[in-house]
Amino acid sequence: MTMASGTVRSVPPSRPPVRRKSRKDWRGWIFVGPFMAVFALVFIAPLAYAVYLSTFRNQLIGGNSFVGLDNYTQLLHDASFWHSLIRVLLFLVIQVPIMLIIALGAAMAIDSARLYGANLFRIALFLPYAVPAVVAVLMWGFIYGDQFGLVGQLNDAIGTGLDPFSSSWILVSIGNIVTWSFVGYNMLIFYTTLKTIPAELYEAAELDGAGQFWIIRAIKLPALRGSLVIATIFSIIGSFQLFNEPNILRPLKENIITTDYTPNMYAYNLAFSGQQQNYAATVAIVMGVVTAVIAYVVQLRGSRTEDL
Amino acid sequence: MSRKFRNPLTRLVVVTGAVLALGSLAACGGGSSSGSDEGTVAGTQSDLDAALAKGGEITYWSWTPSAKDQVAAFEKAYPKVKVKLVNAGTNTDQYTKLTNAINAGSGAPDVAQIEYYAVPQYALSDSLLDLNTYGLNELESSYTASTWGSVSVDGKLYGLPQDSGPMAMFYNKKIFTEAGVTKAPTTWAEYIDAAKKIHAKNPKNFITADSGDGGFTSSMIWQAGGHPFNVDGNTLNVNFEDEGTKKFTTMWNQLHTAGLLSDTPGWTDEWFRGLTDGSIASLITGAWMPGNLEANAAGASGDWAVAPIPTYDGTTAVTAENGGSAQSVIKQSKNPALATAFVRWLNHDPASIEVFLKSGGFPSTTAELGDPAFTETKSKYFGNQEVNKVLAAAASTVAPNWNYLPIQAYAFTIFGDTAGKESYTKNGDINAGLAKWKAALDTYAKQQGFTVK
Repeated sequence: MTMASGTVRSVPPSRPPVRRKSRKDWRGWIFVGPFMAVFALVFIAPLAYAVYLSTFRNQLIGGNSFVGLDNYTQLLHDASFWHSLIRVLLFLVIQVPIMLIIALGAAMAIDSARLYGANLFRIALFLPYAVPAVVAVLMWGFIYGDQFGLVGQLNDAIGTGLDPFSSSWILVSIGNIVTWSFVGYNMLIFYTTLKTIPAELYEAAELDGAGQFWIIRAIKLPALRGSLVIATIFSIIGSFQLFNEPNILRPLKENIITTDYTPNMYAYNLAFSGQQQNYAATVAIVMGVVTAVIAYVVQLRGSRTEDL
Repeated sequence: MSRKFRNPLTRLVVVTGAVLALGSLAACGGGSSSGSDEGTVAGTQSDLDAALAKGGEITYWSWTPSAKDQVAAFEKAYPKVKVKLVNAGTNTDQYTKLTNAINAGSGAPDVAQIEYYAVPQYALSDSLLDLNTYGLNELESSYTASTWGSVSVDGKLYGLPQDSGPMAMFYNKKIFTEAGVTKAPTTWAEYIDAAKKIHAKNPKNFITADSGDGGFTSSMIWQAGGHPFNVDGNTLNVNFEDEGTKKFTTMWNQLHTAGLLSDTPGWTDEWFRGLTDGSIASLITGAWMPGNLEANAAGASGDWAVAPIPTYDGTTAVTAENGGSAQSVIKQSKNPALATAFVRWLNHDPASIEVFLKSGGFPSTTAELGDPAFTETKSKYFGNQEVNKVLAAAASTVAPNWNYLPIQAYAFTIFGDTAGKESYTKNGDINAGLAKWKAALDTYAKQQGFTVK
């Protein structure tokens, strides 16, 4: 798939290079300007403000004072923060692969053209993503109830003692909700990528006598690698920002889903219950850096595999 | 799929990730200026009458169900005054907005509903108007001692009490009787005995539910005579080792560690189902509970009854407050006289209190608590029992000299993180949980600049 390069050279330069250079800079900004203005306003400015905030400490007694990097050193020794970070890392390492493998399998099944009612299947899988997160979590909260919920009825019927809200199962329960919500979304990313594979490649493979297994290995998976990296990065960001699901389930189990259950919940509660906005900003910034670093590593790794 | 295209895209994704992660909390900041005095005000109640005659506009934040009708009645009585009623969220949601507005120096309402436990917090930051400047200390005799004590800090009056929540025992008579408990327990020893019988009769039934609730635990310590929260200026002392606290933990541990309590969290759907079907057979809670039972456990109509809270010695009736709110004037108010006049009408005028009672509220005013029309009302839900008589009697037996911390709202928020996680996930010793709670409170208080003793 190389581009024809002969046509580029045929247009000769028509103006003196000096004038053209000075106007080029100026014209570029017209195109970029509106974006840059909004970008500065809604991204750079709040970010800079958060960094600024993180260097202060506002106390009930004593008021506001500049503390330099004190908030950051405090965070380094904050067990609550590290526990919550380890918790979302654990969530990431287990939930994301499961979710992506299910999504991948579903996308391939729908794409295989062997599935009866593939369109219905596709919509049904995608539908949970269209359910607002709050509604979805409340619904699962009812299902999980071990006294009056579906799980409770199951326990009564077959004599099991399942409790999805117990401290050893709660993370699995949350993972199940997240998987349910996002399998369809990831499936759609994979499915659209599969649809872009030219039909000639399949024809060629068939002529060469490749079976389904080889078509998947040699054509589909390599084509999917790009979207896999993107889906993984989205999922990493989602895991680090885990908030909605545990926060909505919290009233049902405050002793297990604590206020510092995930880094985002910790930052939220520090800011809005504890009036420690400065420290909350510190948590947010550190989490942002951690997320960016891990996502970048995944991206590097994703492109390196392609080079091999 | 050219690589030239893919790489910048993934890079964009990475940048977006950082944007989302950082941006999510970048927006929450806090100013440093505290509410400044709008010039010193000094006056009498006649200034309030003058302000009402002159008229004006004020804003009132509240989440009480009676607020709308009360404001309508007020505007009818004083047509020149316009009250803008805003529901800014329930308790902590509203406090967050209120604190932010106070810090920002503008945007706070003239009058706000503040629960008793949160009054010290706003008193400490000097955000509330001392209503004594308009001579409202003259109204002291109109209110129960415990609610008046809740709004008075160091001789200053930071609001007028609206409702109150003296604790009583609400119990499912049917379940008690079925288990062989024919007489309502009057001591905690009898209560523990009843708990065993009820659970033995049907293992699905529990005498009550306690999943770890800071407000409930504090009130129970209050009833036992404990003083865990001590404030002296900027010095805080949290002590769960005193005699009263130990009295409570020793008693409650007998239920808690023996697995005689349901762990269904309060105010959830399952909790109300438990109250309806009898698997949660009693509640030790504030006098504002009847309306909630009637609305959300309607199926158990006729089963429930009210009795005084059990005591430790069985002779002297003593209880504690659980919940309840006052209305306070925020110092930022541009029209403090009118705002104070509104508060005086809202929580003192019989016309307003009538509306309040009609909405199912439990009053803090002695006139209503002593009025036979109130106390002798027979409640159909409670099998025609005169429940208000029991509850009004409780209001006069609240143990005196109780204190909340100026960081109480946050303290309740982290109860689950500390005491709940330690003691309530595994029927553990409550003392160990309280020790964790104290440690976290000490750390937080130090971070906030308090001296911790």
